[in-house]
Amino acid sequence: MQTLRETLLVFENQLRFTFRYKITIVMGLVQPVLYLLLFGPLLTGLGDMGRPGDTWQTFVPGVLVYLALFGAGFCGFGIIADVRSGVIERLRVTPVSRFALLMGRVVREVTVLLVQSVIIVTVGLLLGLRANLLGILAALVLVVLLGIALASLSLSLGVALKSEDQFAPLLTSAALPVMLLAGILLPMSLAPTWLDVLSHVNPLRYVVDAIRDLFADHFATWAVLEGSVVGVVLAVVCVAVGMRTFAKENA
Amino acid sequence: MTMIEAHGLARTFQAPHGEVTAVRGVDLTVEDGEIVGFLGPNGAGKTTTLRMLTTLLRPTAGTARVAGCDLLTDPVGVRRRIGYVAQGGGANPAEVVGNELLLQARLYGLSKAAAGPRIADLAERLGLGGLESRLVGSLSGGQRRRLDIALGLVHRPPLIFLDEPSTGLDPTSRNQLWDHIRGLRDELNATVFLSTHYLDEADALCDRILIMDQGAILVEDGPEELKNRVSGDAVTLEVSPEDVRTAEDVVVGLPTTRDVAVTGNTIRFRADHSSRSMVEFMRALDARAVDPVSIQIDRPTLDDVFLTLTGRQAGVAASVDAA
Repeated sequence: MQTLRETLLVFENQLRFTFRYKITIVMGLVQPVLYLLLFGPLLTGLGDMGRPGDTWQTFVPGVLVYLALFGAGFCGFGIIADVRSGVIERLRVTPVSRFALLMGRVVREVTVLLVQSVIIVTVGLLLGLRANLLGILAALVLVVLLGIALASLSLSLGVALKSEDQFAPLLTSAALPVMLLAGILLPMSLAPTWLDVLSHVNPLRYVVDAIRDLFADHFATWAVLEGSVVGVVLAVVCVAVGMRTFAKENA
Repeated sequence: MTMIEAHGLARTFQAPHGEVTAVRGVDLTVEDGEIVGFLGPNGAGKTTTLRMLTTLLRPTAGTARVAGCDLLTDPVGVRRRIGYVAQGGGANPAEVVGNELLLQARLYGLSKAAAGPRIADLAERLGLGGLESRLVGSLSGGQRRRLDIALGLVHRPPLIFLDEPSTGLDPTSRNQLWDHIRGLRDELNATVFLSTHYLDEADALCDRILIMDQGAILVEDGPEELKNRVSGDAVTLEVSPEDVRTAEDVVVGLPTTRDVAVTGNTIRFRADHSSRSMVEFMRALDARAVDPVSIQIDRPTLDDVFLTLTGRQAGVAASVDAA
């Protein structure tokens, strides 16, 4: 109860900044929408992509995961200024639980991600995506889990590195292979065996494939099960890592 | 009640070239209602010790009770009862002053309704009234510092830690700040533990001073006692040329004087600090018919104390910098 109240306080405070800089939500949407508008139509010409479901059912899930990776995954950038100005240290001297200090920020990122995802799915539907509501809702749950994981990880990285100069190159160079190996733009079903095997090391691949199945109305598949398990485990592990970072060196 | 009781508090850091000992084992006691200062050059281990006492850094050795709670087993209890104002402050430059104070109050469990009057009172007390809607980043250095202190006080902690509170302030803001710090104790009944590398600040504020150097406490005493203990008053006596020899005789002959040096018509020496000894000195001069042209007595500064204790000028950094 206490922790929930504290989490909400931090969340509320963080959200105020989001509203003040509404432009960042829109900016975060520009690239994924461009992918939908300028890259999606190319794929529709390719026909079968080696998996069930049509092009949009394959591509829109990729864009959702892209959004989580490049949105929530980069949120640690913003906490660095707070580390430097002493805000984080000031909060760590208060009796507020370390979980709330982390989760308040994570929930903000996930809220933004959710709003963006709804917009992306809507644009997708306008472009010709066919998916039923249940599939979309289930997919959003997976997006939320992924958002929690990536945001926690990114925030810990920001707190640990304390420098934008290190954070930016590290994350950009990590995000590209993660994106490519998840089969975000084109599904890994098209990949040669070695690439397919390699991509299985990447947890994001399971989440993308699960969302694709959900959009294609296949609920009871291995991919959905795997994606869900990976999503939950990833979220739990990353939150644990995040809490360790926030509690680091504490007495 | 004892506010801080620490035994053997120590901290080592892992550095690329091996272990660095920032604090070697600090024992200290601070009683309720005291203003106690940590005085020492940069890198003496003041901030590291403060960070340990405020639960931000886990000691590698030692134990402490802070504001009645055990530092290691009940850090949350400690956090509830202390306020901490870090060297660089902790206010968010992108946030509005009022919001920042409200958030802080609510993080300490105050309801919105209870926080309002508390914040208004605090803002008034610290000269922040009317600034509630200003952006933190737009405040002057002095205002910002007072906001940092207000943030450390919203939950009315019985114990407040201030890490180098006046660093970077102009003389006027500094004097104002000192008044506010005295007010914490006198009006809010708080115990204040501060660190500083300014000798005049420790002298002006503290009931008791702990001199820290290279990770250990060298000496602990009141500012007056420290000054008496180390050097005594510096006396500069000027006499007419024909009296120089006689005056020197008188000075050397007194049991309370030392370090006598004569240059021209001026005789400089150190004398124990007591009004008695100066009276005796004047009588002795009178008895030999020496009529001083001028006489000047300077109380030793903490600079002198520091120099005597460490062999270094204060402000000259020690070898280990453990920020």
